[in-house]
Amino acid sequence: MNELAPQSFTVTRADLVQYAGASGDFNPIHWSDRVATSVGLPGVIAHGMFTMALVGRAVDAWAGAGNVVEIGCKFTKPVVVPDDDEGTQILVEGTIGEPVDGRATIRLQVTCGGEKVLGAPTAVVRV
Amino acid sequence: MPVDDSLVGRDYPPTRPRPVSEEKVREFVAATGGEYAGVVPPTFPIVLAFDAMNDFLAAERLDLFRIVHGEQRFAYERPVEIGDVLTATLTVASVRSIGGSDIIGTRSEIHDADGALVCTAKATLVHTGGAA
Repeated sequence: MNELAPQSFTVTRADLVQYAGASGDFNPIHWSDRVATSVGLPGVIAHGMFTMALVGRAVDAWAGAGNVVEIGCKFTKPVVVPDDDEGTQILVEGTIGEPVDGRATIRLQVTCGGEKVLGAPTAVVRV
Repeated sequence: MPVDDSLVGRDYPPTRPRPVSEEKVREFVAATGGEYAGVVPPTFPIVLAFDAMNDFLAAERLDLFRIVHGEQRFAYERPVEIGDVLTATLTVASVRSIGGSDIIGTRSEIHDADGALVCTAKATLVHTGGAA
């Protein structure tokens, strides 16, 4: 296993609004504290798919764009995004296994404030 | 409307064909903080899968705001390319209930204009129950 260079990303409320528009995911738990708390969340949370898109960016940076064959994860802990200018930080770390038949598996660790937010994030890439 | 086992195996009509335009991909890349380099990001097919999920929620009268994403996987037959025209077809793979929430497993197959499978998107949706 080879360690890959960690990648850090900032997420703000403005990013969530822009992602909602680009992805078509207008679930109000990603922009309304009122709705988010009504369903038991601590506040507005990032789209799981926004966090996964950041994982995709890290994987593209490591493996070269257009080489993902499989990518997946569980969304195990919500990423709460405060209503301020600083937002929150997502850290994406990974290790890549030895290639087999032209493909390699990247096992990732994705954290926010030192806590894992994704379960078993994994990508398979062409190498 | 309650979520129950009767949904399992049910499939829904294909989504409206969606052209993968350079503009749309540029918008998606910008929204995820990246720089466009002519390549479609690996999670872009969520746009199609989300269309399919919205149709499913509307058909079953489920509220989007009660849905939290539990798991997502994409498996590619080939990369999505600018100029593709894609549709997604959703099937309910599993339903189970845990502590007042319904865990709905879905599988959306994303096909190109020739009907060839491009990507399979599997999602687990957690539906938190409202007032009965």
